[in-house]
Amino acid sequence: MSELEGLYALWLREFKIFWREKPRLIGSLVTPILWLFLFGGGLGANVAIEEVNYQLFIFPGILAMMAIFNSIFFGVYIVWDRKIDFLKEVLVAPLSRATIFLGKVLGGCTDIFVQGSIILIIGFFIGVKISPLVFLLSMLFIILLAVGLVSIGLIIGSRLESLEGFQLIVSFLIFPLFFLSGALFPLNNLPAWLYSLTFLNPVTYGVDALRQITIGIGHFSIFLDFGVLLLFSGIMFLIGTYAFKTMKP
Amino acid sequence: MKYAIETKNLTKKFENLVAVDNLKIKVKSGEIFGLLGPNGAGKTTTLLMLTTLLKPTSGTATVNGYDILKYPEKVRSSIGMVFQEPSSDDLLTARENLYMHAMMYHVPKELRAERISEALQLADLEDRADDLIKKYSGGMRRRIELVRGILHQPKVLFLDEPTLGLDVQTREHMWEYIERLTEEKKITIVMTTHYMEEADRLCDRLAIIDFGKISALGSPEELKKKIRGEIVKLKVSNPNIQALKKLRFIKNIEQKDSELLLTVSNAEQNLQKILRVVGKVESVSLHTPTLDDVFMHYTGHEIREQEAEGGFSERIMQASSRR
Repeated sequence: MSELEGLYALWLREFKIFWREKPRLIGSLVTPILWLFLFGGGLGANVAIEEVNYQLFIFPGILAMMAIFNSIFFGVYIVWDRKIDFLKEVLVAPLSRATIFLGKVLGGCTDIFVQGSIILIIGFFIGVKISPLVFLLSMLFIILLAVGLVSIGLIIGSRLESLEGFQLIVSFLIFPLFFLSGALFPLNNLPAWLYSLTFLNPVTYGVDALRQITIGIGHFSIFLDFGVLLLFSGIMFLIGTYAFKTMKP
Repeated sequence: MKYAIETKNLTKKFENLVAVDNLKIKVKSGEIFGLLGPNGAGKTTTLLMLTTLLKPTSGTATVNGYDILKYPEKVRSSIGMVFQEPSSDDLLTARENLYMHAMMYHVPKELRAERISEALQLADLEDRADDLIKKYSGGMRRRIELVRGILHQPKVLFLDEPTLGLDVQTREHMWEYIERLTEEKKITIVMTTHYMEEADRLCDRLAIIDFGKISALGSPEELKKKIRGEIVKLKVSNPNIQALKKLRFIKNIEQKDSELLLTVSNAEQNLQKILRVVGKVESVSLHTPTLDDVFMHYTGHEIREQEAEGGFSERIMQASSRR
């Protein structure tokens, strides 16, 4: 089908640029790795949570962190496309806006796939038991989470014209999503009102699922995690498609 | 199909600015049709509507027989568009940009390599094909944009200010290239420009557009003929307009500061009579009408050369996003 070829073209472009821009890949990995070793290793020397060492405890949290930051920030590339006028070339092509949106989401998820793989491999060296099954299951949840988060980034990006504006808005969003997800500490120690908020955060379910898969600790059924994430990503994807349909060149 | 493009009362309003006002034009298949006007006249807005990137406030148009409101995707697959601003990805090579375009425009797989090498040849960029676009000069970028626009062999090609900001040599090169395109590929071209020379050289027919409205339409020759006579330009500190008005051979009088523009039949014989009555003349010149005069004649002002400011499309985008 011709629409599929267009989709492939859009994805290929994203991937080529990602692959060519090595500093972008390295930069996106530095922060999670620093957290894992400095925070996890430093603080973790004295702390154990739920009877595992702290570095292991936050490992799934770091996976989620990588997904949150890099997924949402991926939305900046639609602002960038608009800035370099490449967006017009894509919008005037005989492709539906839904295809253009899907191409961008796939591009973002591919980035997350590469970055997630690298962190999972690092996990293997700090003592997380990463079997092929664990790798695949973790990746399934990371990508599921990424679809929703990349969509959020693109929805915001589709409405903005300046890179600075994008960064400002997005940082307001990223930090609550990260800190109220259980990535760094167990949520049940939070004050009751904050604790109830964490149930509304889709990332909470992603962290929970990743923690069950990688170190065997969790609060919800993994099927609940899966269901919530599927619903979240599905809704964000639909909103994103609509956002692209009404987007200005 | 008789007309490649037909607009029906095409209108676009931005807040209280009417950018395009009840536009009615018909573009014949195979011609080069020019929209000539200053920046802000509504040329780019018209192109953006015809290429379905902008929704008209009212009215509609057909492109290749497809209504722009009802069948936007069919319109887009039958046209090519070369934007005013270069719109290739500068982190990809020229060849990669062309490949991506070919895939998005559904060029059959077996034809792609051939078309792309043909395009690169046409743009005279074969030896630089695998360099990233960011290493290209402005002229090279323009050439790549132009060949990319026709890679999928559209029936109608839209060019928005194709030679804006190019040096004289590159401009000449582009013109030859556009002429060759229409001859070889038999495509219809709709282009905007505010360069008189370009309009005169390339366009079969021209619409002079100002404040979103068409003030004259015809071939460059027809438009120039309509002025009937030659132009006499006088610098007079205190001209005697009343005396001039009594002279029958003066068809038109326009006054701007101390400058006087007269449209005069048989100017060479009649110049003496003008000089006798007009007053103290500082300088005088005589020339046959150019498109500049045509423009002046129909719009009452000279075309404004203002390239440094942001383009009109940028301004309307800002205006529309503020809503």
